[in-house]
Amino acid sequence: MKTENSTCQTVQPLVPLCLRHAILGMVAGTLALSLTLGSALAQSSDPIRVGAVAPKTGALAGGAAVTFWPNIALWEQEVNADGGLLMEDGTRRPVQIIEYDDRTDPSETIRSVQRLANNDNADFIIAPYGTGLALAAAPIFDRLGYPMINVSAITDQVDTMTSRYDGVFFTLGETTPLAQGIAEQMVELRDAGEVGNRVAMVNVADAFGIELAQAAGVIFEQNGFDVVYNRSYPPTIQDVSPVMSSVIDANPDVFVAFSYPPDTFALTEAAQIQDLQVDAFYTAVATPFPSYRERFGDSINGVFGVGGVNPDSERFIEYEQAHIEVAGQGPDYWASAVTYASLEVLAQAIEGVGAPDRDAVTEYIKNNPFDTVMGEWVFEDQRINNYWTVGQWQDGKFHGIRATGDLEGAVEPIRKEGW
Amino acid sequence: MTRKEVIYAVLVLAAFAVLAFIPSLPNSAAVLSLVIPITMYTVLATSWALFSGPTHYISLATAAFYGVGAYMMAPALEVMPYWMVLPIAALSGALLAALVGAMTLRLSGVYFVIFTLGLAEMVRQVITWYQNNFAGTRGNYVFVDINDAQIYWQLLALALLVYLVGWLINRSRLGFAIRIIGNDELVARHSGINTARAKILLFMVSGAFAAVVGAVMTPRFVYIEPAMAFNPEVSFLVVIMALLGGVHRLWGPLVGAIPFALTWEVIASNFPAQTVLLMGIAFLLVVYYIPSGVAGIMEKVYFRARQQRREVSHG
Repeated sequence: MKTENSTCQTVQPLVPLCLRHAILGMVAGTLALSLTLGSALAQSSDPIRVGAVAPKTGALAGGAAVTFWPNIALWEQEVNADGGLLMEDGTRRPVQIIEYDDRTDPSETIRSVQRLANNDNADFIIAPYGTGLALAAAPIFDRLGYPMINVSAITDQVDTMTSRYDGVFFTLGETTPLAQGIAEQMVELRDAGEVGNRVAMVNVADAFGIELAQAAGVIFEQNGFDVVYNRSYPPTIQDVSPVMSSVIDANPDVFVAFSYPPDTFALTEAAQIQDLQVDAFYTAVATPFPSYRERFGDSINGVFGVGGVNPDSERFIEYEQAHIEVAGQGPDYWASAVTYASLEVLAQAIEGVGAPDRDAVTEYIKNNPFDTVMGEWVFEDQRINNYWTVGQWQDGKFHGIRATGDLEGAVEPIRKEGW
Repeated sequence: MTRKEVIYAVLVLAAFAVLAFIPSLPNSAAVLSLVIPITMYTVLATSWALFSGPTHYISLATAAFYGVGAYMMAPALEVMPYWMVLPIAALSGALLAALVGAMTLRLSGVYFVIFTLGLAEMVRQVITWYQNNFAGTRGNYVFVDINDAQIYWQLLALALLVYLVGWLINRSRLGFAIRIIGNDELVARHSGINTARAKILLFMVSGAFAAVVGAVMTPRFVYIEPAMAFNPEVSFLVVIMALLGGVHRLWGPLVGAIPFALTWEVIASNFPAQTVLLMGIAFLLVVYYIPSGVAGIMEKVYFRARQQRREVSHG
């Protein structure tokens, strides 16, 4: 016991006691003020309260800043510019967004959803961003009885999820069809004599990359492709030029990379610098980002990527303009528009029911078609089955060229002519 | 056991018995989403302090052990029942700690800190490499019917266990040896203590607890990604909470974890966009004003009160 006493005595106050109390008092005062302000605001108006939980810090903050948050802001503005959502009694109620940062930590995602439901009395909660964070939150959405329209949750376990959770929906697609899309596209192009038979595959060694690479590899081999190179690289890779050198040494006709944002940029850059000459070049996530076009300009004409949109549709052009106005940046050509579409579904369902009644909204989503920026959406078994799997940069726009169902606006792939 | 110890034991058991009824409170789901992280960090920080308190080795390996436990749950569930996975997770955590301990506990000071920080990343890379080349991604999903209340009870039981183990170690030869090592390793070695063995044993206990916590938490997240399982933030938070509470007492980390989690809750719900910034400021204030931890302050107050009482009665 003596030791503890001595450690205490070594602590000398460096700041006068009164100053310390003043600082603590200020901190406590600020906290108390913000608490009262928060509750006062909540009572003064009658908006529909919509919670949003996604990373603002942590590993996924960058992705959320492109795909998630701008669409929330845009949706809030568009809905409220019309006066709000039309209720059964003919009145309009604006939407009020309550935002939380989950710091890319699933515990915090769960906690924030709880907080939104219990403390903030949110009428609805937008599905979190990122596969892991969204799936972790699904049980709590289910228990609290909130419908959950997922976008950035790509999984092969959609069947298990939808059979366990009644109000959980999926919109962006499943892992295997996304990989099959590009593999089947290459089979078609080869059979038409457009591309050669030698394929080089690389993938980021993370759940997403591994799952896609395996699904695609099976199809390439079944169709008699010669897989001349197949390697993974770590997600934290700094220098991809050795990878690109090995790819070039293998002399492929087709290059397929199941990559994440940083390496999508790095691989494309390395391919240009080291002059990889292939008939088809594919990179995955972030290929449809406007920043990809800004970085590489016209040289990416003919580059294939994951996902896609119909950039010539009236709805998309309108959406793109509004997005630029609100966010100061364009939407990406895949998940951004789907995120916005998921919010349109929520708005149309609430108006269809005519009240912020969560159970009725869930039922409405299951049984009605929706008119969205992605075209008409009908949920079958709580999921959208028509989605873009492969797109291609053509004259500065990223066009969907292949989809799981019949989607309007699919274009023919063009041939890639050098860099 | 002395009479005082019996009283303590009864009090602790009574406290746990009361805590076990939290899930039957009205609106328990909201309370649970707050107390589950608190209980989790209490177990992690207490087991961390078992080793790092007396030895002064600051370990940033908690995320590595936690991740190993979390990651083995999904594939293990395919071949064995849930309850069997927990002891196996403990064993894996202990084995990893033994391996790492044997290699690094001869290092001292900052070298050990850096190595343990790198460990989580290394284990994550090894697991990813294995999955990529052999296993595929099957086994990232955990679909079991274990609800938040059951997770909470398991964590509560773990907390009880970590206190029991800590108390037993403190009064054992190992605990005595480790205190001597902490004070002066050279003296310990010259007194005939096998310092490497003692340190490794304690590190294994600490690692085993962290691995079991990881396994217990997994059903809550449904889907396990390496980035989440091996999140370095876990390692840092554990150290911060343990230091805030004070590591020289078994119950120190508890009084660190609770105010830390509550402060975080207040900040996160009122300033959702500046959480990390404000938490950093809060931590600076803590280090500045209460360097000996909450436990240190509580003891100081207690001793002062006792002294005054004595003066009064003698006066």
